[in-house]
Amino acid sequence: MDVIKVPVVEEILSANDQLAVANRELLDANKVFGVNIMSSPGSGKTSTIVATQERLKDSLRLGMVDGDIATTIDADRAAEAGMQAVQINTGGNCHLDAVMVSQGIRSLKLEDLDLMIIENVGNLICPSSFKLGTHISVLIASVPEGADKPYKYPPMYRGVDAVIINKIDVLPYFDFDMDYFVKGVEMLNPGVKSFPISNKTGEGLDAWADWLYEQVAAYQQSAAE
Amino acid sequence: MHELPVTESILTIALRYAEREHATSISDLYLVIGDLSSIVDESVQFYWDIISRDTIAEGATLHFERTPMQMVCFDCGKTYRPEPGTLSCPGCGSTIVQVAGGEDFRLEAITVEKDENTEKANEAAPSVDGVIEET
Ligand SMILES: Nc1nc2c(ncn2[C@@H]2O[C@H](COP(=O)(O)OP(=O)(O)OP(=O)(O)O)[C@@H](O)[C@H]2O)c(=O)[nH]1
Ligand SMILES: [Mg+2]
Ligand SMILES: [Zn+2]
Ligand SMILES: [Zn+2]
Repeated sequence: MDVIKVPVVEEILSANDQLAVANRELLDANKVFGVNIMSSPGSGKTSTIVATQERLKDSLRLGMVDGDIATTIDADRAAEAGMQAVQINTGGNCHLDAVMVSQGIRSLKLEDLDLMIIENVGNLICPSSFKLGTHISVLIASVPEGADKPYKYPPMYRGVDAVIINKIDVLPYFDFDMDYFVKGVEMLNPGVKSFPISNKTGEGLDAWADWLYEQVAAYQQSAAE
Repeated sequence: MHELPVTESILTIALRYAEREHATSISDLYLVIGDLSSIVDESVQFYWDIISRDTIAEGATLHFERTPMQMVCFDCGKTYRPEPGTLSCPGCGSTIVQVAGGEDFRLEAITVEKDENTEKANEAAPSVDGVIEET
């Protein structure tokens, strides 16, 4: 009997990462720009997605993949706003992974889309560990959650391309130290884009939608070359 | 919170490498897991004991090497572990800093046992894709 130590050095989530690459290829084959939106429950993912649709619907065709635990409420809200929307049942899972998203993407008519937004499961702990194959990922924080979230949940702030700070309309009622929050984000993810917004008043939403539009336009331009 | 799928991935990778070596059993797994990975060792161990049953990895020992969250300061060069609620440099107070450790999440190595007879058979008939051919 021989006993040997075999070097492996493989990322534990490598199977997920490979499937994420396949998802990206499928999106690219259809020139669809993918966005992964993450946040804790109730931070305003669905509200922001619907508000984005309202601002971009005349220039882009938007789709939504909703990773909800059981209900279709969020996908219905997106569909009502005129988006192609599919809900994937996560079966109580705490995050979306590339397998679930692959099923979601396949049930969309990709040839009719420019932009696909994934609403991840509301959770501030693990969704960021699972690559989905989108071109960018966005984290939504909201004022009532408190300004210490980057310090308490650093992994979620790493690797995202933009941070949205939602519900700024309620800033007067909360001791939300914006400076502390922004500094925390900047230390974890230097140079990340940030967008203070309110889905209640509409403040900041144009800046966010314009930026997103630019990302999609640049993507489509490079895909056309 | 999602230790089950993670543990399944660990088992899948370990079995793949063991098969490549034509191993008859796996005795140890060496995992490197950063503190930023939100994985609890005890939960992985719990699921491991269940899902490794009836595989060649049954009863294998999981070794966890934990890497702490580390940051590095661009102003004074200090490497540090941030105190709870802070991220800035404890040396000079700078906020021009960067995460420099604690994000590992990999299976580094496994220890396997090989049957000499299997090995001889393999030498006689080199197998493709880890499938042991009859000789
Ligand atoms: N005051 C205020 N309320 C908001 C804002 N944005 C969203 N809300 C409210 O916050 C609640 C949650 O918003 P959703 O958009 O459903 O949040 P979500 O992140 O999709 O929630 P889950 O999918 O359940 O995790 C709703 O009652 C919204 O009306 C905002 O900018 N200001
Ligand atoms: Mg929602
Ligand atoms: Zn999870
Ligand atoms: Zn310093």
